[in-house]
Amino acid sequence: MIAVIDYDAGNLTSVARAVSHLGFSCVVTRDREAIQRAERVIFPGVGAAGAAMASLRRLGLDRSLEAAFEAGTPILGICLGTQVILGHSEENDTPCMGIIPGEVRAFPGDLRTEKGQPLKIPHMGWNRVHLKKPHPLLADIQETDEFYFVHGYYPAPADPKWVVGETDYGILFVSAMGKKNLFATQFHPEKSGRPGLSILRRFCVWDGTWEGGTC
Amino acid sequence: MLSKRIIPCLDVRDGKTTKGIRFKENVDIGDPVDMARHYYETGADEIVFYDITASHEKRNIMIDVVRRVAETIFIPFSVGGGIRSVEDMRAVLLAGAEKVSVNSAAVRDPSVISKGAAAFGSQCIVLGMDVLHVGEKPGILSGYEIVIDGGRTPMGMDALQWAREGERLGAGEICLNAIDADGTREGYELTLTAMISENVGIPVIASGGAGEPGHLADVLTRGKADAALIASMVHYGTYTIPEIKDYLDRQGIKVRRTW
Repeated sequence: MIAVIDYDAGNLTSVARAVSHLGFSCVVTRDREAIQRAERVIFPGVGAAGAAMASLRRLGLDRSLEAAFEAGTPILGICLGTQVILGHSEENDTPCMGIIPGEVRAFPGDLRTEKGQPLKIPHMGWNRVHLKKPHPLLADIQETDEFYFVHGYYPAPADPKWVVGETDYGILFVSAMGKKNLFATQFHPEKSGRPGLSILRRFCVWDGTWEGGTC
Repeated sequence: MLSKRIIPCLDVRDGKTTKGIRFKENVDIGDPVDMARHYYETGADEIVFYDITASHEKRNIMIDVVRRVAETIFIPFSVGGGIRSVEDMRAVLLAGAEKVSVNSAAVRDPSVISKGAAAFGSQCIVLGMDVLHVGEKPGILSGYEIVIDGGRTPMGMDALQWAREGERLGAGEICLNAIDADGTREGYELTLTAMISENVGIPVIASGGAGEPGHLADVLTRGKADAALIASMVHYGTYTIPEIKDYLDRQGIKVRRTW
């Protein structure tokens, strides 16, 4: 069974719907034992880091997620879920979980394209992910594939060894990262059509191992 | 770099897709779920559903359409039309929509934008604006006036001021419909679109007037739009989304080419 963590953070049903569409069963839950028992865990989320961390702590789900990570359970972070896995977010100056050391930073307000045109915030729409190293969940992904993003803050892990993919939005930011049995994306695989569904499908059968993620 | 989005818009009445000109003379043109699947499979970047069901009692028909669409397509889609309250928003978001758009109700009570943004996040809240060119007159410094109720009621509000106010209240995106151009297939309203897009910090979707791929190229470059809404040019098979994207790509406009 796949557990989708429910912590009052936005549209959780869409990822559950995508997983069901792929033929896997999942449950949207805030039950700590169910999460620790689950074969794999999806940690989605839309909203603000401050409210999200407050909810996670109040429900004790931060510790459930850490326990699942330590136990080797395959975990997929998405968007806000990915951000609060890092150590600290500039959004609401929020201390986060720190499973991967690093920061969540606000996009600077004066981003421009290479032609000098101003870029809007949030970063909303379809963009590419440039792979920095292979990852089993991205085995089907081509360089020209695009993914759906909507966010005003971006992940900045402390060490490049956790960086799997980067995206260009005036600056290069980390859009996919991994550590052992944890894989996390800033984009929404459940809203990214065929390439997104391929990541979800591979996650649903992933054993949690990653050659590049042992360190 | 971010791609410009191509967004088919489906007007839905009593559970059927319909198409009219300047909000009049509507005829049914198909099943919204089938059409959404077709556009999803042929490269739409997002889909907009606009519920023009006249009676509020029939809103559950639209909620059922939203639920079936959400089980069928795995790209973002938004729902507008008749959204008056946070409860209306919650119903379509829980049914699986990514975003809701508010239009007339937000003009009558702007707090619906801030309440929606507080409850669901700005990324969920699209401010739909129907705009008429009236020329400069007292209170309408930009020359563009907000109209509501499907284009029938002028509100004496300046379109540019309202766009900025909508952003301040927490809208995450603006869908800008030029009434003068809507349904004409003669091109988007470039002056209006560029003026709004350059003066807000949130993305702007241009709507109204698309008839050929060159119109999209114009509004995505000179019109400064972040996304372009299309309807009849694809609904009747005149163009396909891949044809439109091939054209835009040849013009050097970044669009999503694999799906």
